[in-house]
Amino acid sequence: MSQAEVNNNQTAARHKSRGPGRGRLIEWALIGIVVLYAAGLLLAPLVAITWGALSEGTSAFAREIASTDAVSSLKLTLVMAVGATVINTVFGVCIAWVLVRDKFWGRRILNGLVDMPFAVSPVIAGFMLILLFGRTGWFTPLMDALGIKVVFALPGILLATIFISLPFVIREVAPVLSQASLEQEDAAFTIGAGRLRTFWHVTLPTIRWGLFYGVSLTFARAVGEIGAVLVVSGGISRLTETSTLFIFRSLDDRNYVGANAMAVLLAAISFLILLVIEFFKKRTEQTQTL
Amino acid sequence: MSTLPANVDAPKSIASTRPSLPWGKWGLRGTAFLYLGFMVALPLAAIIRSGFVDGFSAFWSDVTNPIAFAALKLTLTAAVIITIVNAVMGTLTAYVLVRYRFPGKGLLNAIIDMPFAIPTLVTGVMLVALYGPQRTLGAWLNSHGIQVIFATPGIVLALLVITYPFVIRAVQPVLMEAEQGQEEAAYTLGASKWTTFRRVVFPTITPALITGSLLCFARSLGEFGSVVVVAGNIPGVTLTAPVYVYGQIESQNERGASAMSILLLALSFTLIVTVEWLQGRDKGSHVSG
Repeated sequence: MSQAEVNNNQTAARHKSRGPGRGRLIEWALIGIVVLYAAGLLLAPLVAITWGALSEGTSAFAREIASTDAVSSLKLTLVMAVGATVINTVFGVCIAWVLVRDKFWGRRILNGLVDMPFAVSPVIAGFMLILLFGRTGWFTPLMDALGIKVVFALPGILLATIFISLPFVIREVAPVLSQASLEQEDAAFTIGAGRLRTFWHVTLPTIRWGLFYGVSLTFARAVGEIGAVLVVSGGISRLTETSTLFIFRSLDDRNYVGANAMAVLLAAISFLILLVIEFFKKRTEQTQTL
Repeated sequence: MSTLPANVDAPKSIASTRPSLPWGKWGLRGTAFLYLGFMVALPLAAIIRSGFVDGFSAFWSDVTNPIAFAALKLTLTAAVIITIVNAVMGTLTAYVLVRYRFPGKGLLNAIIDMPFAIPTLVTGVMLVALYGPQRTLGAWLNSHGIQVIFATPGIVLALLVITYPFVIRAVQPVLMEAEQGQEEAAYTLGASKWTTFRRVVFPTITPALITGSLLCFARSLGEFGSVVVVAGNIPGVTLTAPVYVYGQIESQNERGASAMSILLLALSFTLIVTVEWLQGRDKGSHVSG
């Protein structure tokens, strides 16, 4: 990648030295259009909301964020996002391994299933859980017998979050795994390491950057989910209300200060996650080009 | 790209030294099948069953009732518009990012991933903060007869923000790997920048551009979080298909919600499978060529 970039820069430089004034003008015009478009589309709304939240005064901002409802919603979001990420990481690595290393008849079906959560609107994802666990759901008799409440309770939120963030780890780990050489693994086997030990000491270090990248994407998606969670949670404040649901309810109650404050906080958290994502992405690209 | 997945042609003799654990293999396969079966296949089965519970004619009347049909039409229209805009602006952005050097380029490259990280609902709230009728910019636009929030432009704007990265992230790597030699040759032969782009660069990036555009389209079909905040959700006017599904769930109309869901699902799944197929074909040609 770096080689390509060097080439590009050289070309750009050559064009610059060779190009007449008109070429330079077009170049700057194109750059201007793109920068203005991106700034208008992405940065302007961000500035507007930060400005709005701060213009109400930092004390109002702090009061809204420190309210019992807001704090408990943040806690719930964090717990659900961590839970969904852990579960999807464990199963995701397992599924990626099966997809890449294990050639058998059912592989294409599995591969198609993995993509489904990206094709499903989040609202529909939540609705599916209602159909399975709701009033007349397929599993409702079983869950009633076990005494577990799924819909309008925490298990439902967790299931919804798992569903919508399911593909990320698989889709990031699979390409790295398929590019990893088998020689080291074979060497480990030859000197008598078992499968589990080989996986832990040889395979996992090879795929780690891709794995971390997938994990950070999963976490970001899990924190920001609204549609699926909105349908299954029932939105009972302090019990089944995540941060995004808190914003949604605040908008309904016309509590714009609270909605904006939480939105700014979530945007800030997402920015941190974005930095982490960018870091792991660079590392993944480096390992793939090696 | 030229490296084949190593496992495809692993020598048999070495492979045979691997510890063979048939139960381990089946255990992993079984886990993968059970997990995806329970988490993905079963919910799908439930929704299909629920949509067709009263037969096909009931399904058909559910998706063709005036409000459902208007919602579907709005969602498809908005998706077509944003796909076209993204195809143009995404390609331009990717081209500028790869071929030109300018201050702030690294920052621009980083903020393009922002829609992947920021919750969609937060995106919606941010747009209301900027274009809402009581805000400065929104009030100014309003006085000029342009309503953004609680109107169709708001929906298009929200979708544009959410789907901005797709075309860029599809086209960018292809542009980076593209041979500069051909472009250089075109310039040397006296071709203008525009002719070179049209005849040399564009054919190279076309598959990636199609992939990115299809992903945009599929993503915007299902978008909920940002749209529900900015759209106003007036039935028949600014109610999109996913928000329609939400409304039907809230009013306990399971069959109606399922019918629209099945339609949306079928559409976006077809698109995503097409993308997979295009990417697979693309990779295949790379390896053989």
